[in-house]
Amino acid sequence: MLWLLFFLVTAIHAELCQPGAENAFKVRLSIRTALGDKAYAWDTNEEYLFKAMVAFSMRKVPNREATEISHVLLCNVTQRVSFWFVVTDPSKNHTLPAVEVQSAIRMNKNRINNAFFLNDQTLEFLKIPSTLAPPMDPSVPIWIIIFGVIFCIIIVAIALLILSGIWQRRRKNKEPSEVDDAEDKCENMITIENGIPSDPLDMKGGHINDAFMTEDERLTPL
Amino acid sequence: MEKARPLWANSLQFVFACISYAVGLGNVWRFPYLCQMYGGGSFLVPYIIMLIVEGMPLLYLELAVGQRMRQGSIGAWRTISPYLSGVGVASVVVSFFLSMYYNVINAWAFWYLFHSFQDPLPWSVCPLNGNHTGYDEECEKASSTQYFWYRKTLNISPSLQENGGVQWEPALCLLLAWLVVYLCILRGTESTGKVVYFTASLPYCVLIIYLIRGLTLHGATNGLMYMFTPKIEQLANPKAWINAATQIFFSLGLGFGSLIAFASYNEPSNNCQKHAIIVSLINSFTSIFASIVTFSIYGFKATFNYENCLKKVSLLLTNTFDLEDGFLTASNLEQVKGYLASAYPSKYSEMFPQIKNCSLESELDTAVQGTGLAFIVYTEAIKNMEVSQLWSVLYFFMLLMLGIGSMLGNTAAILTPLTDSKIISSHLPKEAISGLVCLVNCAIGMVFTMEAGNYWFDIFNDYAATLSLLLIVLVETIAVCYVYGLRRFESDLKAMTGRAVSWYWKVMWAGVSPLLIVSLFVFYLSDYILTGTLKYQAWDASQDDKL
Repeated sequence: MLWLLFFLVTAIHAELCQPGAENAFKVRLSIRTALGDKAYAWDTNEEYLFKAMVAFSMRKVPNREATEISHVLLCNVTQRVSFWFVVTDPSKNHTLPAVEVQSAIRMNKNRINNAFFLNDQTLEFLKIPSTLAPPMDPSVPIWIIIFGVIFCIIIVAIALLILSGIWQRRRKNKEPSEVDDAEDKCENMITIENGIPSDPLDMKGGHINDAFMTEDERLTPL
Repeated sequence: MEKARPLWANSLQFVFACISYAVGLGNVWRFPYLCQMYGGGSFLVPYIIMLIVEGMPLLYLELAVGQRMRQGSIGAWRTISPYLSGVGVASVVVSFFLSMYYNVINAWAFWYLFHSFQDPLPWSVCPLNGNHTGYDEECEKASSTQYFWYRKTLNISPSLQENGGVQWEPALCLLLAWLVVYLCILRGTESTGKVVYFTASLPYCVLIIYLIRGLTLHGATNGLMYMFTPKIEQLANPKAWINAATQIFFSLGLGFGSLIAFASYNEPSNNCQKHAIIVSLINSFTSIFASIVTFSIYGFKATFNYENCLKKVSLLLTNTFDLEDGFLTASNLEQVKGYLASAYPSKYSEMFPQIKNCSLESELDTAVQGTGLAFIVYTEAIKNMEVSQLWSVLYFFMLLMLGIGSMLGNTAAILTPLTDSKIISSHLPKEAISGLVCLVNCAIGMVFTMEAGNYWFDIFNDYAATLSLLLIVLVETIAVCYVYGLRRFESDLKAMTGRAVSWYWKVMWAGVSPLLIVSLFVFYLSDYILTGTLKYQAWDASQDDKL
């Protein structure tokens, strides 16, 4: 009698969980791709963990807090490591609607991934699209900051160069007038003797003969 | 008292200025393409022959004219013959066209440079679609690097007619690019002479770093072997020779008036023959060097894509047939495919259309040139390297140095005749003339920042300068040899530099080079006429491919 009940229960379970059954989902794991040498083998203990994670996700849904691990059924486990699963209600006669399971898994996908050291690409729930994390979007795009810095540096450099060019030109404009004054002084120093301009002796770079008395000293001062 | 002509502080500045002008983006993105198309290693033969026969003589001629006449292009040609001042004007106009669209490349380089300071690089991931369940559709169909170039950078419209508005981001970058150029030419040779130390030498530093990195990349040898295996039969292809001649011609920047302008700031006794040979040799060496780097990057990218393709096929097979994860590798893929085809024929034929044929050759065969190479192919390779931000910053910094170096030459070609002319320089100081030129160019250049701007850019790039330059240089050579007189020019040079002009140069100037240019000119003219309507490539957003 007990054996009959047991077979009945397994038969019902088998009908509930079948590839392509209503409210069933296919799961695909790529453990070796994700972990390489550190890959673990997929055995019944891992399956137990999986059932636990699914049950945990379902318990977070309001009205489904009573979900137990035994309500999650796995079938058709292949070497790929892929299998189908369904979640039944406490009576174990019906499966929970796909929409509920889908939303529960989506909300906890991150924790399920972490439990198995996998990510969205290596732990796939077919028909349950995962929400991709949006890229970090700073309020001010980074490129504008760098652009602003370099822009300001260039403007300052241009201003400096233009200003220093204007200073240099002003200084050059003053210099020719200074040079002109010096030339006038040179002309004044050319003494005129007998109406003939002659250069003073020392301007020619010659030696001054101290024995030769200058004009002024011959005449005694008054 | 007449103001003395500004001079280069030393002859090294002059050589660096010429190198920084001649070594530009064409060396990086045109020569590798030509090498690949026309027979790999065997393309070097026509290239070097054309260098010796066409490049060096014409370069020496322009430098000698500039150094002898000591004026910009308009004044120099007017001195040779008053009827020829049109040649000078033509040079200035062509330089003006070139500087209008060339600085847009610097603007794009700035854009990419500023975006390289992010983690992850913005062109390595596709943006998410509206409800965050997948990636943006246009990005999925193309690749993320293409999406970033066509959508984020250019925001390209489907055709030339749909102009769109001016995009403010590229416009800002263009403004910055022109400000940088203005900063460098502000003081004439005084400022340019110092800037060219950097713009000439920094690209080589980056190229060496990239060479070392490139050669150590996985798969680089595939690219190098593919490129350098000579295909001797291409030597018989006339197009290879024509393209070699064209490449030498445009790569040295002849005919724009920049070389005349640079040489006019030389001491009259400068040995421009030695400098001409040095500059042309360095220019060609840089082309070859850059193509080694480019092909190792190509090899890396092709190998990476090939391996990705294999992985995708393995994944597809693994999922469809529920094979053990990790069972399929590159080596047993074909065997397993055969086994599956025989064991599960119906299932296999169902999914067969989805299996792509992965081939390393077809990945390597995608020969790209121009902005596509610089901004799509290279960025795709960079995003797969480690520490990609560093490589990205280095690469775009190098592009900027190359581009700004060439821009300095272009603007010198426009400014030197303007500052030489007594009328203009008496009213306005040098800074104001440079500022006006930059302002006008920047304003017109905003056309290239519109949504259809890249189409305008392609049109300018392909058609603005080619025929005009050939004609200008042809008239230049004939003018110097026959109007001015080759003997008179030779005695001028001998008096100026103290060295006699060897018979080789005289033969080239008087005979071989003009003949070469005439044949190039005839070829291009007939090519234009035979092609009929002129075309441009458009980006189709729905198919994400070029039409």
